[in-house]
This record gives sequence, C-alpha cells and structure tokens, in this order.
Amino acid sequence: MKQEDPSDFVQAPGDRLTRAAGKQLAVYGVAAVLLLTAAMFLLNALAGLTSSAAGMSRMAVDVENNTITSYLRQEPPQMNSMLATDAVSGMVLAHVMEGLLRYDQYGELVGGVAERWQLEGNTMTFWLRDDARWSNGEPVTAHDFEFAWKNLLSPSVGSQYAFILYPILNAEQANNGEVPIDDVGINAVDDRTLVVTLATPIAYFDRMVAFVTYLPANEAFYRQTDGRYGADADEMLYNGPFMMTSWVHGASMRLEKNPYYWDADRIRLDAINFAHMTSDSSTLLNLFKDNQIVMADLGSEMLEEAMLQGWSLNQFMEGTVFYTDFNHRPERLTANLNLRKAMALVHDSGELVNKVIKLPGYLPGKSLFPVWLPGVDDNFREEYPAPVYQRDVAQARVYLQRALDELGLDRLPPLVLLTGDTPVSRIQAEYYQEVFKRNLDIDLVIDAQIFRQRLEKMTAGDFDLVAAGWGPDYNDPLTFGDLYASWNLNNRGRYSNPALDAQVRIAQNSLDMTERMRAFAEIQRIIHEDVVMMPDYERGYVYVTHPQVRGIVRHVIGAETDFTNAWIDAGE
Amino acid sequence: MLWYTLKRLLQGVITVWFIATATFIGMHNVPGDPLSGERATNAAIRANLEARYGLDRPVTEQYFIYMRNMLRGDFGISYTQQNREVNDIIREHFPVSATLGVLAVLFAALGGILFGALTALFRNRLPDYIIMFLVILGISVPSFVFAALGQLSLVNINSVLGFSVLPVAGWGSVSHMLLPALVLGLGTMAYMTRLMRSSMLEVMSSDYIRTAKAKGLSPTRIFSRHQLRNAALPVITVLGPAIAAITTGGFVVELVFAIPGLGRYFVQAVQQLDYTVIMGTTVFYGAFLVFMVILVDLVYGWIDPRVRLQ
Repeated sequence: MKQEDPSDFVQAPGDRLTRAAGKQLAVYGVAAVLLLTAAMFLLNALAGLTSSAAGMSRMAVDVENNTITSYLRQEPPQMNSMLATDAVSGMVLAHVMEGLLRYDQYGELVGGVAERWQLEGNTMTFWLRDDARWSNGEPVTAHDFEFAWKNLLSPSVGSQYAFILYPILNAEQANNGEVPIDDVGINAVDDRTLVVTLATPIAYFDRMVAFVTYLPANEAFYRQTDGRYGADADEMLYNGPFMMTSWVHGASMRLEKNPYYWDADRIRLDAINFAHMTSDSSTLLNLFKDNQIVMADLGSEMLEEAMLQGWSLNQFMEGTVFYTDFNHRPERLTANLNLRKAMALVHDSGELVNKVIKLPGYLPGKSLFPVWLPGVDDNFREEYPAPVYQRDVAQARVYLQRALDELGLDRLPPLVLLTGDTPVSRIQAEYYQEVFKRNLDIDLVIDAQIFRQRLEKMTAGDFDLVAAGWGPDYNDPLTFGDLYASWNLNNRGRYSNPALDAQVRIAQNSLDMTERMRAFAEIQRIIHEDVVMMPDYERGYVYVTHPQVRGIVRHVIGAETDFTNAWIDAGE
Repeated sequence: MLWYTLKRLLQGVITVWFIATATFIGMHNVPGDPLSGERATNAAIRANLEARYGLDRPVTEQYFIYMRNMLRGDFGISYTQQNREVNDIIREHFPVSATLGVLAVLFAALGGILFGALTALFRNRLPDYIIMFLVILGISVPSFVFAALGQLSLVNINSVLGFSVLPVAGWGSVSHMLLPALVLGLGTMAYMTRLMRSSMLEVMSSDYIRTAKAKGLSPTRIFSRHQLRNAALPVITVLGPAIAAITTGGFVVELVFAIPGLGRYFVQAVQQLDYTVIMGTTVFYGAFLVFMVILVDLVYGWIDPRVRLQ
C-alpha cells in the first residue's frame, strides 16, 4: 500500500475531515459570539460603578426633558473656586456658582449676588440681594465672600490665583505671611453688606470681582468637607443658576437647574449633560454629526465639510494672545535692540497665520493687546491702532550688521527657540527657523518642551526666544498691560524699562479711563519700538451649534461657553 | 509547586520595587517643576505648596517617606487635582481600562483561535488568502488608525440609517464597549491568528492525529479534542502579557472614544509632571504586569504537565 503524506489529508479539499471541522468551527464561532456578548454584559454589570451615561440621554437635544448634552474639553481639575486656575473649571463654575458681579449674554458686567455696588475713594461697598440662596436653602451672605477671599489669601492654602485679590488692602502682605489675615481689607459689616478697602483706588476693581477666584463659599459646609471641597458633586454647595447633580470623574457631569437660584426665571433649560470629556476634535465632530452633542469646535480640514452640510458656523475669539518673547537678560544676544529689530523686520504674523498655521478663526498678531479689549468708548485697538513692522529684508540686514558690530561678532551663533510640543508650536518653530535662516542667515535651534518644562526653562531664562501665550483674567487692558512691568514674575524674559513701568503705574492707579487708555497706548508703543516681543497670533475658534439650541454664548472673560441663556427651539 | 509560586512572587515584589525606585529617580531628574502654573507664584505660596507635598525635604528622605506610604497602600494626593487621592483615581478609572482590556483580549483570543484554525484548515485556499491579508493589515496598522476609521464609519452608518446603531464615543453601556474593544484587540487578534495558524498546521500533520484517524474517531472529535486543543496552547501562553499590554496600552483608543480609563491619567500625569500620579499609576501598572506574567506561568504549568516537571 502506498504511504500517504500526512499533509495530503489537509490539502484534499473535499475531505470529510475538513468539512466536519469547518462545521465544528462555525459552531464554535457562534459560541464565541455568545460568550463575548455574555462577557460584555457581565463586565458592564461589574463596572456599573463607573458607568457614565446612566440616566443620561444619548441625544444632543432632549425636548421632552428640556435638556441639552454637550462636552467638556477635559476633566475639570479643580472645582474649588479658591484654587481653580483653568478655563474648563472656570466654565463649569460659571454655571453652578455666582459671584457678586457677573457677565451677561452681551458680555456686560451686571449684578450677580450684589444688588448694587459703589466705589467711594478706596472703599468699595457691595449690597447683596436678600433672595440669593445656597443649594441647601441657606442665604448667601457677605460672610461667605469674606470667608472665601480671606481663606484663599492664607499662605497655607497656596492659591495660585491669590494675586488677583492684591488690589485689596494688605492682601499681598497677608498672602506673603507678613500681616495677619484679619488685617486684610475685606469686611462683612452685616449679612448683606460687604465693604472692601482697596490699597489704592482703582478703576477696574468691579471687573476683577467677576473673576472665578472671587466666588463665595459657605464656611460651615467648607469646613465639613475636610479638604475635599470641590472634589465631588456632593462636596460642594452651589449658588448659581445650575447645580451639579452628578460627576463621574473623567467621564461625565450633569448640571440641573438650581431651584434656589434667585433669578431662576431667567434660566430656560432644566438640565445640561456634559456626557463626554475629551479634547479630540475629530471625536467631537463625530459626536456632533451623530447628534450626541450640541456644539463642536472645527479644525481647518473640517471646514469644507461643515459648509457642505450647511451647518450654522460661528466664530469666537478665545482671548489668548500668542507671541515670540525675547530673553532680555543682559548676557543674552537677544538683549541687543538692533538684533531684535532685525528679526522683527522679517517677522510676518500674517504669513504665519494665513500660510503656515492655516487654522480657522486665528488672527495675525499685531500687538500684546488683543482686538477684543475694551477702551473708553470703542475697543482699545480701534481707539489706539497698533503700530506694526512691515517686512523689509534690506533694512533688517542693516540692523543685523549694526548688531554684529555692537556685539563684536562676525557671525551670529545659533539662537535657541524654546517652544511647546503641540502641532501648532512645532510648525510655527520650523517656519521661523526657515524665515530667519533665509533672510538673515540666523540659525535657530528648536527646543521643544512639554508645558511644565518649558515653563521651568522660561523662568530660569534658558532660551533666546520663546513661543509664549497670555490669556486674560479680567476685562481690562491691564490684564495684558502689566505683563512687562519689571516686577512682574510672569515677565520671564526679564524686560526692564522704567518708562514702561511708569505707564503701568498710571494704568493701575488712575481713575480716569482716558488717561489709562493713553497709558496702555504708550505701553503698546514702547513694546513695539523696543521690540520687547513679536506678536504671532490671537487664537480663535470656528464652531458649529445644533440648530434647535439657541442662546449659546461664548465669552472671552468668564465662562468660555455659557449655556445659562440657552434654550431649545423645538420648532426648528 | 508552592515553592515555585513563592519564588516567583518574591521575584515579582523585587521587580515592582525596582520599577518604583527607577521611576522615582527618573521623575525627579526630569527638568520641570510640578508646582509651576501659568501664573507665577510668589515665594510664600510656593514654600507652602512645597511643604504640603513634602518637596522641601531632601530627595532621599522623600524617597523613604514615599516607599513607607506606598507599603501602606497610600499613593498620596494628585498635584493637578489637589483634592483627589491617587488611590481614588486608580480605583475609579482602572476598572474601565480593565473592562476594555479584558474584552479586547477575549476578542483577540477567540477571534485568533477561530480564524487561525480556519486558515489552517483551508490552507492555500481563498479563506486563507483573505484572512492572512487582513492579518497583515491588522499587525501593521496602528490602533489609532483603526479607532478613527471605525468611528468615522460608525458615524456614516448611523447617519445613513437615521438612528444610532452604536454610540460613536463615550462609556457606560454595553453598546459603548463593542467598537473600542474590537479596535483595541485587533492587533493582538491578528498576531494570535498567525500563531494559531502555524501551530494548527503543525498539529494537523502530527503523528497522534494520524493515530486518531486510524482509530476511527469521528472527525468532529478529532478536530475539537485533538487538534484545536493542542494548537491553542501557544495562544494561551501569550494571553497574560497580552492582557497586561492591552489594558495598559489603551491610551489612544481611550482618547479617541472618550473613555474614562486610567490610560489617560497615566499619559497626562507624565506631561504635567504630576509626581504622585506618575508614581501611583506606574507602580500599579508595573505590579499588574508582573502579576499577570506570574499568573500565566502558573496556569501554563497547570495546563501542560511537561512544564510542571521541569
């Protein structure tokens, strides 16, 4: 008998064994699917504690329950208003808390918990309304403000935003541990009157009071949370239009209308679900397309599709100014004015924004002061247009030669450009590398670092140029204007100029708005002429909103996205 | 066996200690300051923050304090979320990653065994060609591409059908799990298919299969008892490391599908220099990985008597 090769069994196509095995495999396949399904349900039950969407509608707009669903860019890192520093926490806080003053849907400053307020000399008095309530029904009193403000000024609390209270008498000294906290000029005269004594009279204090750090806290409740204030939905007390009813960390958050809110009639939504926490723009766009969230920011590659779909597009200047800062420490080459001038003359923010970054909503930078800042009657930049350098390579080379002569160099050694690790900062750095090499034969070494490391290097002065950004804290040009004051710790290039310092003092202390704006214009001019920095761009977003949801407002100051005025237009 | 188990566990503890120490040293030598924020802080506030996190002490002392706390199971408080304990972060987010990971591994293992067997049975015929082509795709294309593609196709399917077949992203129900788990398990599934295919081919041509056939056993019995079972052994070997790798490596998939897993914290902590979260997640993941490897070794000895004898 012929010996058969064992592999022939396998290869014989019509073999009985293969057919039987195939059938058997099909049975196993079905079993596997069943097993997987069972496993999914089992795992789901086991992980029930962490489920996020429980009880949440999957639809962007739930007309029946008068509820909308949106997203948060990230998990809010800090919901304790005394410690919060970031935009996402600030945005949620603006929905669930209310300070003495707030911004309305037009961005105007209006009364919140305060009914009226008055600045007299260096005393600011706030009269609180009697119907403001915490979400446990207790009244919101002047003591709640006094407690929160003094608490965050205590050095032991370590609030990074304590500086925003420094206009108050003795606040800075108490924060440094130099005077007792009781000496700070915050005084609740009675439950409904808060008297704030300022170090010197300032014209823009009311604008600062609308900031997150100035929110109140209920002392009894705060003490009872034992250090966990703001860590969970039930570890907070709310006095805003909404209250947080659930917070699944990293996953979702639900805000419901606060029945105790004094102006509850103004609020038209019953609930807001933040069903997703992600910053991935394509995920967000997919969620929007799938009708699961009411709004989404768009990247440039998504614009065309959005146009085709006929979505309603909106634009929003987010408020932050990005610029290339120079290191002004005397030992650095960039301390040389002619070198900075040479660079400024080839720097072209229009080219950067329109041909390199190409993101929708971005505006070429022209000044440290962004376009949206208010002046006396109009926007500051309308009243005092920013002087700009036009690209002039020949002139730039003249300045470069002067710089080389002053420095006693034949050729400039490579300069270090410190930058971030985001795609935009990388492409920007590479663009500058090319521009300065081509026009001035200056070599740039790119030093891309993650945020904290970049910050450390900026503070240590370990750079020649750095890609920096500055976002506003309050609605006054001073939030940008004092950045280059010689005493400002955020002036990481250590620029120091008595003429600029003098203007900052005027802007800080004058009560005359016209005089203050003139000081800012002077600061703008000095920064331009001394080439303290080179403005790159102002960041903006193009975003889409759900056609049935009206009244979504986006603010530069306060809540980045404000749903408190939103409502569902079911007719659409 | 008991002696062996103990020995492996001791080795595991030493490995975890080594991971913890190396991470601690590495972390403290990375440039950057965990307490810095966008706004510069004054000296007094800084000193207070340093005292709160014990950063004012010498690094060696910090190390011993940290190790002592770690033995007590206390990983400290997060730097970025100053009112949250690292233990809470792990407790709340690891189950999510684990759920996703276990499911993905189940997908991978079951799919790998089934498709591997199928390709072996139909070697050099159409099903084999198609599946092996897909396997090459699965191995070479990274998971974030599959994640994005999967999500995009889901959006299109949903919009064509006019209702939501599966949610596009998010977490919380069975329907949320399906696509991410599949995407996460795809690479491993492809790898396991290849493994199963070659192992199955080897088994099919072995002597004992011929004996079984000669004995007159039914084809069903030969296939399920003798071929499939023996061929699946190598797949089980890689299961343990695969569970650990998938559970800890799901960061991208978690990001794309907006899933609140631990992977996100793991990566963000490094970017933000959140010392306590870096330590907590790294030590936890390290211990998990070590434990999984030990477990597989033990289980393997239990399944295959030949290993036990050595």
